[in-house]
Formats: sequence, C-alpha cells, structure tokens
Amino acid sequence: MAKKATSDIRFAPTGIESPEKGGVQKGVDLPAATRKKHKSLGLTTQELKDMYQQMYLQRRFEERAMQQYQKGKFGGFLHLYIGQEAISTGTVFAFNNNDDIITAYRDHGWGLCRGISANEGMAELFGKATGCSGGKGGSMHFANVKEHFWGGYGIVGGHIPIASGLAFANKYNSNGRISACFFGDGAVDQGALHETMNLAQLWKLPTIFVVENNGYSMGTAAKRHTVAEIVDRAKGYGMKSAVINGMDVLSVFEKMKEIAEDVRKHSEPWFVEIRTYRYRGHSMSDPQKYRTKEELEEYQSIDPIERLKAYMLKEKLCKQPDIDSIEEGVEKEVLAAVSFADESPFPEKSELYTDMFVEDNPYFHV
Amino acid sequence: MAVLQFREAIKHAIDEEMSLDERVFIMGEEVAEYNGAYKVTEGLLDKYGYRRVIDTPISELGFAGLGVGAAMNGLRPIVEFMTFNFAVLAADQIINHATKVKYMTGGQADCPIVFRGPNASAGQLGATHSVAYDSMYAQFPGLKVIYVSEPNDAKGLMKSAIRDHNPVLFMESEQMYGLKGEVSDEEDFIIPIGKGKIKREGSNVTLVAHGKMYHLAVQAANELAKDGIECEIIDPRTVKPLDLELIVKSVKKTNRCVVIDEAHPFAGFAAEIGFLIQREAFDYLDAPVLRVCLPDVNAPFSKPLFDAWLPSPKIIIDAVKQVSY
Repeated sequence: MAKKATSDIRFAPTGIESPEKGGVQKGVDLPAATRKKHKSLGLTTQELKDMYQQMYLQRRFEERAMQQYQKGKFGGFLHLYIGQEAISTGTVFAFNNNDDIITAYRDHGWGLCRGISANEGMAELFGKATGCSGGKGGSMHFANVKEHFWGGYGIVGGHIPIASGLAFANKYNSNGRISACFFGDGAVDQGALHETMNLAQLWKLPTIFVVENNGYSMGTAAKRHTVAEIVDRAKGYGMKSAVINGMDVLSVFEKMKEIAEDVRKHSEPWFVEIRTYRYRGHSMSDPQKYRTKEELEEYQSIDPIERLKAYMLKEKLCKQPDIDSIEEGVEKEVLAAVSFADESPFPEKSELYTDMFVEDNPYFHV
Repeated sequence: MAVLQFREAIKHAIDEEMSLDERVFIMGEEVAEYNGAYKVTEGLLDKYGYRRVIDTPISELGFAGLGVGAAMNGLRPIVEFMTFNFAVLAADQIINHATKVKYMTGGQADCPIVFRGPNASAGQLGATHSVAYDSMYAQFPGLKVIYVSEPNDAKGLMKSAIRDHNPVLFMESEQMYGLKGEVSDEEDFIIPIGKGKIKREGSNVTLVAHGKMYHLAVQAANELAKDGIECEIIDPRTVKPLDLELIVKSVKKTNRCVVIDEAHPFAGFAAEIGFLIQREAFDYLDAPVLRVCLPDVNAPFSKPLFDAWLPSPKIIIDAVKQVSY
C-alpha cells in the first residue's frame, strides 16, 4: 500500500463534499408507493378521513409545540416527527388495537396515534401533572400503556430488546398479540439491534423491527454511519424483510398490515426499513448544515399529508370544505391543548418520590 | 431444618416460586439443557419444560433487555448472569431501563424482574472476572440489591426477590455454591428484603460484612475471641434497602466498627456505612470506623499477588486490633 500523507487519511466518509469526491448528499431513496386504491386495501372513506385527521393532528401539534418551546414555555429536548407522520398513522391503522408498540424519543406522533390526547401530550411537554406521564417523562417519554403504547425511550437502541421482551410475553401467553419496535437509522449501528435480531429469529418471536430511516442519524447521513443497505441486515439473520415508502400512508398501511398478519400467523419476526424524511432538525438546537435546502424541499414537495389530501380530492371522496373542516377542528384542538397545558398545575413536590417503586412506603436512602 | 448447599437453597426457592406462579420463568446462559453453569438450575428444565426454562445465547444486553420487556408485559423473569462481571454488558438495561421505566412513564409500567448470578471474585480468574458490583448498583435509585452469605438467607431472600414487584439484583458467589448450611423447612419460608441479621453477638467491636466477606469475618472473630475480643457480626444481607438501624444499634453498644467489603474502596458499601455511622452514632464512637476492602487495583492472576489483593482474616484481625485501643 502506497504511503499516504497523514492529511489524506480518512475514516468516516465525508458528507459535505460532492458525490464525485465520495461525499454523500442525499439521505434516502424512496421505493415506489403502492398503486392500489384505498378500497382494494380495505379502507373506507371515513377511515381515510380519520387518517388525514390523525396526520394533520400530529403535524399541527408539533408545530404548536415548537412555538411554545421557542417561547420558553418548557425546556429539555424536543425532537420533532414532522414529515414522518405517515409511518405512525399507517401502522396504527394496520395493527390491532392491542398490538404492542414501542418507539424511540421522536415519539409524539406515536403517542397521539395511540390514544394520548393533544391535551395530555402538550401538558407532558410542559411538565405538567396532567401530562400523559404525569410530567415525569417529558417529550422523550410519552406513554399510554393501557392502549399498548409502551412509550418513547431516550437511549438509542435501548428499547429494541424491550420490544422483543413484549413479544416474548405475548408468545409465552399465546395471546395473539404482536409487538413492533420503531427506531431511527442511527440505532441500526447499536449492538442491541444485532443481539435482539438474533434472539428474535432464534426464538421465533412475534415482533417487527422497524427502522424509520429518515436519512440522518442526528447530523450524520445514513451512508456516512452505516454500511450497505440497511434492509439487508435481515439477510444475516435469515429474517423476512421489506422496504416501504414512508411518505405515503397507503403504502405503509398496505405493507404493515400484510406483515402484521404474517407475524401473527407464523410467529416469526420481520425487519422493515421504512424510508422517510424529517423536515426539522434532529432537535431544536440543530443548525442543519449537513443537508441542502434543495433536498429538504424535494421531500416537502411529496409531503405525506398533502399527498393524502390530493388523493381524497382526486378520488372525489370529499371536497375542499370537508378538508377545511377537519383542519379547523384540529387547529382548535391543538390551541385548546396549549391553553390546557399552560393552565394545568405542575406536579406536587411530593410527586418526586412517587412511581419509583410499586409498594406504598418504599425505602429511599438518605 | 434441612442441610442444603447454597445452590440447592437457591434452586428450591426458584422451584417453589415457579410452581406457585405461572408467570415466573428463568433464562440465561446454560440454564436449561446444561443444567446450569453452576448447577443452580439443575432439574428445572425437566420439571418445567422449554417454555419456562430457557437457554440464551451469550448475549447479555439482548436477553436482559428482553427480560425487562417481558416483565413490563406481565411476566416475572428471573435472568441469570453467569457472573455479574458479564452483566456489565447489560448495564444499560439494568440501569437505564429496568429502574427507570416506571418513573418516566409516570407509573404506567412496572418491571418485576430478578437479575441473579455470582458476584465478585472466585479465585485466580484475572481482572475482568473478579469485580464486586453490589455497591455500584446500589448507587442507582429503583434497584434493590441483595448479596447473601448463607443458604438459609439465600432461600428466604430469593423467594422475596421473585415476589417483589420491582427490579431486584440477587448476588451469589461461585465459591459459596457448595457451602452447606441449615435451611428452614418451614412452608413458604420468606426473609423480607431489607432486614439484616446479627449473626454473632459480641460486646467489643461490630463487624459489618456481607456476601463472601461474611465468612472471613467469622474466621477473624473466632481468632479474636481467643484473645478475649468479642466481635458482633452483622450481615446486612440486603445492601439496599439497608438495615441501618440494626448496624447503628450494634455500634452504640460496642462503640467500635470495622466494615468488610469486597469492593474497591472509593464510594463503595464500606464508605457508605462509615459515613452513616458517623452521622447516626458520632458520640458513641471510641475509635474511627475502619474498612477492609480491595485495594484500588485490578485483580491480579498470580497466586501470591491475588492473595495480597483479596481481604483476609488476618487483615480484619489487624483492623479490629487497631480500633480496640
């Protein structure tokens, strides 16, 4: 090997140079969307409207949350899901209501989809007692366990084995439920994923590993942080796999329904890469210098919410006033949630010591 | 009373709880077909089958986390680590998830899980197989940490650990598995978590020692008795919650205390007990509280170096004599 000047030695692939020089410009390539119409997917017009309402709620909830954050109404981290709403919505509509879902810290959309009201969600962001997790979790730890949403988790990849544990218990009890674990492309590089995929395939667990590949692990493009195609990870484990267009809610619904039924029938795991895009930064403090404005605009032009709206209008399932009415309803709901959060009380100081242990008078070392 | 080996006492506890509660299962490396790396789970596969006695790959992070998820979803996992030295690979699941999920979901999910296995050193196993982790885990809120010394304690506390609704770490020792002792044959024998025991009464000095170190304390006390120094030995059994009252009461009687701990000295169990005694019994102390710990050095392999590294009865005797002026 010819000796290189030390200044030419590189390890991580570079991201800000042209592709000719080995730089990586684009996060993800989308697979084709489904060509099926909603009826052949078994969806009614009302269900499409509900999907639209749900996606629009997730979008407006987070846009309002961002405003409130910028106004200093609450602190901590705020990781926005904007752009990825078709994944949570398509999945939840495809699953049974008692299937178990767990996700990472970009979790607001998942919570809203699984029964957390805008009020409870916004109050949680504000750290209020009326929040879905009593103000103890915050943005990264939305949860609604009674509706089988096991929460958002803040350690990248940390919740992956937990998801398989949920599936283990479902198989142990033979209750017909499946679990699904959602995580970002960054988590693909964690050892927890490898260990859990091996266990899940070996033990035939009824679970789905889902990468929401939004192209960036914080500020590092997928091709700069992981080798080969993410979906091909499945091959090494002999696991069934799929790639889905995450910018189209019908595509997500179609494929996730098929996969869920296969998992339920055969009790075998799947590894799924859903390609998507997040419009906002990793968190609120992200200057987003790792991607181009053009790339962002390209994805915004195929926005999943606009896409569903266009579909409904084109198919004459509803008219513009129907859409306006849904949007107005959501707008009111979200604004009311901001007021609710603002007016709600903070947790009592005594709450500091609750929820640590199950028993009534637990031991705390002093 | 029946005389049982330490490993048998643990197995009886697991067996009884598995027969009482369908939700209880055990998983870990070599627990099923191999019958347990240290034979703690011998016969359980035959009795309970493959659904409830499960061999895992060498994948501590994976199966510990899987246990956490199973516990959240209604089961009662017992996760065996071949040693807590390997559980370091699973520390994210123990520290970040098992202990925190209830709190950060505002109480929506519980995590009733037992992580068990041998702790600390077991002869010349080198630096990575010889660490005592009970102090480290006791640092984290939300965990109960048990490190027992005798078969009777092992049985009663293992049953409590399995029944507990929170994450519990239950620590054993490779070198104690063959140790025999009388075990209560009382039906459904339980020892509550958080209760220590005076295992030897004495009036001159209090020795606080748990796990494997308890047995060194007994040897030291027997020697010291020949010189007329009567040690009171307290085995806390549970590191956290700590039975501080029992220790303080003893120190108020003897006015002297030596803590024996198989952890390294900085911020460990011995440091904590020393602090608590000065806070609770300052006016009763006739000498500074001393501690016998590992040095702030990794475990060596070479026999003479290893012997110099591990606490011994001789070092305990010297410490007791130092406080007995």
